[in-house]
Amino acid sequence: MRAWAIYKKELKLYFSSPIAYAVLAIFALIAGWFFYNVFAFYVLASMQAAMNPMMARDLTIVDGVLRPLFQNISVIMLLMMPILTMRLFAEEKKSGTIELLLTYPVRDGEVLLGKYLAALTVFAAMLVLTLAYPLIVAWVTRVEWGPLATGYLGLFLQGAAFIAIGILISSLTENQIVAAVATFGTLLIFWVIAWASDSAGGVLGRVLSHLSLTEHADSFAKGVIETKDLIYYVNLIILALFLTLRSLDSKRWRG
Amino acid sequence: MIEVDRLTKRYGPVSAIQDVSFSVEKGQVVGFLGPNGAGKTTTMRILSCFMPASSGTARVAGYDVFEQSLEVRRRIGYLPENVPLYTDMTVAAYLDFVADVKGVGRSDRRRRVGEVLERCQIPDVRERLIGRLSKGYRQRVGLAQALIADPEVLILDEPTIGLDPKQIVGIRQLIKSLAGAHTVILSTHILPEVSMVCEGVVIINRGRIVASGPLDRLMQELSPVARIQVQIDGPAELVGQSLRALPGVERVEARGAVDGAATFILESGRGRDVRRDISQLTAQQRWPLLELRPLGLSLEDLFIRVVAGEEHEEAMAENAAPTSTEEVPS
Repeated sequence: MRAWAIYKKELKLYFSSPIAYAVLAIFALIAGWFFYNVFAFYVLASMQAAMNPMMARDLTIVDGVLRPLFQNISVIMLLMMPILTMRLFAEEKKSGTIELLLTYPVRDGEVLLGKYLAALTVFAAMLVLTLAYPLIVAWVTRVEWGPLATGYLGLFLQGAAFIAIGILISSLTENQIVAAVATFGTLLIFWVIAWASDSAGGVLGRVLSHLSLTEHADSFAKGVIETKDLIYYVNLIILALFLTLRSLDSKRWRG
Repeated sequence: MIEVDRLTKRYGPVSAIQDVSFSVEKGQVVGFLGPNGAGKTTTMRILSCFMPASSGTARVAGYDVFEQSLEVRRRIGYLPENVPLYTDMTVAAYLDFVADVKGVGRSDRRRRVGEVLERCQIPDVRERLIGRLSKGYRQRVGLAQALIADPEVLILDEPTIGLDPKQIVGIRQLIKSLAGAHTVILSTHILPEVSMVCEGVVIINRGRIVASGPLDRLMQELSPVARIQVQIDGPAELVGQSLRALPGVERVEARGAVDGAATFILESGRGRDVRRDISQLTAQQRWPLLELRPLGLSLEDLFIRVVAGEEHEEAMAENAAPTSTEEVPS
């Protein structure tokens, strides 16, 4: 499988330049700050709940710590993913290395797969770093592992969709900054698209709400795996990767 | 091994190349010669499957570059003009990647990398970052990646550009040594390179092939006569007459006399060597022979003749249109 060779090369490039280290470190730092605040707030709420049994009933680790933490992490992902994906094709186009890459005996699909999996690997490493926070929680109190696992699955699917959109946009330009900005813009639009669903109402409102990247992640954080959410992310990934393939192929039929 | 048939590439209304046809036999080294912007790089990019032609076909190693691009790409080594490499990788890591992607097995890879580094005379930069290398080294790393999987066909776009004279000699020798086992097509605008390295030549100008074939045949076709310059210390009139009378000599042109020695330029048919007759003549007449020099048509002359001849014809055609404006000094 030639995609494996591309995958190894991409990972080497991520880690031989400062990109991966910078993204990993800053991601862990900001996630840590969010975790501290979420957890501190939970501790405060628990103390108040000690005097108010009614309140204690609603206070759980899943709702009080994990869900806000996952929501915060996905905000950081929104900011970091464009940085991770911007170079994937834009850099090769700018420096001309794409000319050699595309004359090697690899299919476009293998190139894309190698690059996608490499970005996904760096992202997975980012998520692994954040595992420290639930472990800290588990050290002091009981954690429900089910919702934790589904929460991470939700984050992973969300990130995988972000990366697919980022790689598509990177294949459309040869300027890395443009790729990053356009990816960020696209992700943000998908992020807030549900805001209009109430005012739009009716079928359109439901469509807008269903298109939202975040709406689908929350049920995972609650510990629920819903088919529609799963299908949403998988569809988005497949669509973006398919369009990337068309974009790579376009140089063969465009004049 | 390489067959190009009426290849045309248009960028909007502009044709980069038009109706380009030529072929390269297996094991040959062919030079692709032309001024800057003639369409050399465009042709090579099509041959290497980087971009498609607008019309026409090209076959490399028996496979169509458009329909069976993967098969073609398995059999070529390509060195693009500006040598794009991953600057953040070391030379060894980069070559290992190229070997991997070209399907060289894991066990062979280390050995192959060592071999091509040796062949391209760069084993000393093995562990260096490509981004830190000088142009000459990068050029040779580029050549190394083209050679790594031992391809049947090598497509080299200006392989000696940016090298110092000593490196140029080395790389030319390397390319020459590839002949036979590999088919090589290299583009250049350096004329001596072609006569040193290549057996065949394809001359391209403004997107069109203006001449192609084996180098010696091309030379002969374009200049059917051999010219010889002689300087003879004797009575100019008589010497000229005697030279004209020699069998095989078609034309004699007097070039004046210096210190009593007359200079002539003789033209004779290509197939006939008149130098022996000249020296016999001067010996018989006891005229000291001061100089006897064949005026070979150099590749430069050939190239200028072909390319300038074309442009000259076009200029003539343009000038043929009546013009009424006259230049007025301001």
